[in-house]
Amino acid sequence: MAKYLLLKHYRGAPAAVNDVPMDRWTPQEVQAHIAYMHDFAARLEKTGEFVDGQALAPEGTFVRYDGEGRPPVTDGPFAETKDLIAGWMVIDVDSYERALELAGELSAAPGAGGEPIHEWLELRPFLSAPPTVTE
Amino acid sequence: MDELLLRSLTPGVLAVLVRRGADFAAAEDAVQDALLEAVRVWPDDPPRDTKGWLVTVAWRRFLDARRAEAARRRREDLVEEEPAPGPVSGVDDTLWLYFLCAHPSLTSSSAVALTLRAVGGLSTRQIARAYLVPEATMAQRISRAKRTVSEVRLDRPGDVATVLRVLYLVFNEGYSGDVDLAAEAIRLTRQLARVIDHPEVAGLLALMLLHHARRAARTAPDGSLVPLAEQDRGLWDTRAIAEGVGILQAALARDRLGEYQAQAAVAALHADAPRAEETDWPQIVEWYDELVGLTGSPVARLNRAVAVGEAQGPRAGLAALAEVDAALPRHTAVAAYLHERDGDPATAARLYAEAARRAPSVAERDHLTLRAARLNAARGG
Repeated sequence: MAKYLLLKHYRGAPAAVNDVPMDRWTPQEVQAHIAYMHDFAARLEKTGEFVDGQALAPEGTFVRYDGEGRPPVTDGPFAETKDLIAGWMVIDVDSYERALELAGELSAAPGAGGEPIHEWLELRPFLSAPPTVTE
Repeated sequence: MDELLLRSLTPGVLAVLVRRGADFAAAEDAVQDALLEAVRVWPDDPPRDTKGWLVTVAWRRFLDARRAEAARRRREDLVEEEPAPGPVSGVDDTLWLYFLCAHPSLTSSSAVALTLRAVGGLSTRQIARAYLVPEATMAQRISRAKRTVSEVRLDRPGDVATVLRVLYLVFNEGYSGDVDLAAEAIRLTRQLARVIDHPEVAGLLALMLLHHARRAARTAPDGSLVPLAEQDRGLWDTRAIAEGVGILQAALARDRLGEYQAQAAVAALHADAPRAEETDWPQIVEWYDELVGLTGSPVARLNRAVAVGEAQGPRAGLAALAEVDAALPRHTAVAAYLHERDGDPATAARLYAEAARRAPSVAERDHLTLRAARLNAARGG
């Protein structure tokens, strides 16, 4: 019983094996990809392992506090930012091995030519609640 | 209305339905419906025979659901058929249910969820909240678990260790939501202890009571962790401690030691010390030796190294720690503590900071970061 984040990057992850931008795929390939992602989430709901899935817009703004009584300072977006997150899925699984297995399946989503993208996904464990029995 | 009383009737009512021939999954749904109905109706119209009321309502719900199902399949003739006798025989009803919900064919998260619902009488929504997952996900997890065990025929007791492992997980790995999982684990273990006479069931119950007794002292008002040595022992629940110690002593007297009794013995020795400095560490080391012998658990070895450090000094503790797999969670935190005790704040601060980066929970990370910061500040940055 542990939660993991499957993190998908616009930028910052190593290049995928089947690394063709999505706008160069055929419409059927795009549809097949979307259907695969949808089915994957639906299947996790059925197995009782799905927690959350969200996608993010690529353009973001950096914000920081600028002192008492002043509005926050904003900056960006920065084209040179190395790490750009595209979205995530949160899963609740029994083991790290199961989390790896699911990440592998998600990475096999079809892309150009209907072939798996082999996209690199980042797998991050959640910090949990501390256990009650400590000694 | 007494919700705990209501929920304590759950296993008995469920067993009656199954004994009458209802399949487990449908019977469990019907009992949940009856519990909800009871919450609605009882405050204004409390029944004299609470269990009888629940059985009647649950059985009616079960028949309704079956009729609806049969109508959907256009096989009305099935409805009037008497169900075949259920799988309950030779095992106490409640006990049978514990074994079924902890069946080895289930994953631990499924066994935990099913136990909380079918034995504990908690709703899917409550369980989902307790484990921070969407209600739909928890509903699927429970219905899959029910399908998995629905073919299981249990005509003699299973392995009680599987049940204890599930209850231990409920006690030890909950979040703090609106359902008090630790209290629920204690209630379910207490209920189990009433229907099976086994020293390890008693051992687990004692272990839970002894740890639960310290709950008020374990966190500061700001939510941060308070280590055992720094806890205000006046906040410990002496009644729970007395009960835990009594149960443990009776179990140990039977001379069938197991891992839960050994862990409870350690907790009892801590509870027995009026001040941290008066802790009987040599005896705690002996119990960890027993525990390592019983389980071979690396976590027990790690905890043993801490105890050795207290009983024989930090150098001895570090020597014991050297025998433990360094990849184990909290290994670095233990190393940091032993170096601090050994008068090496520079190494300790470095290791605390490293342990914080590897901490498995936010509370531990914050605690370890604070220790590192204190040591660094004392050394002048």
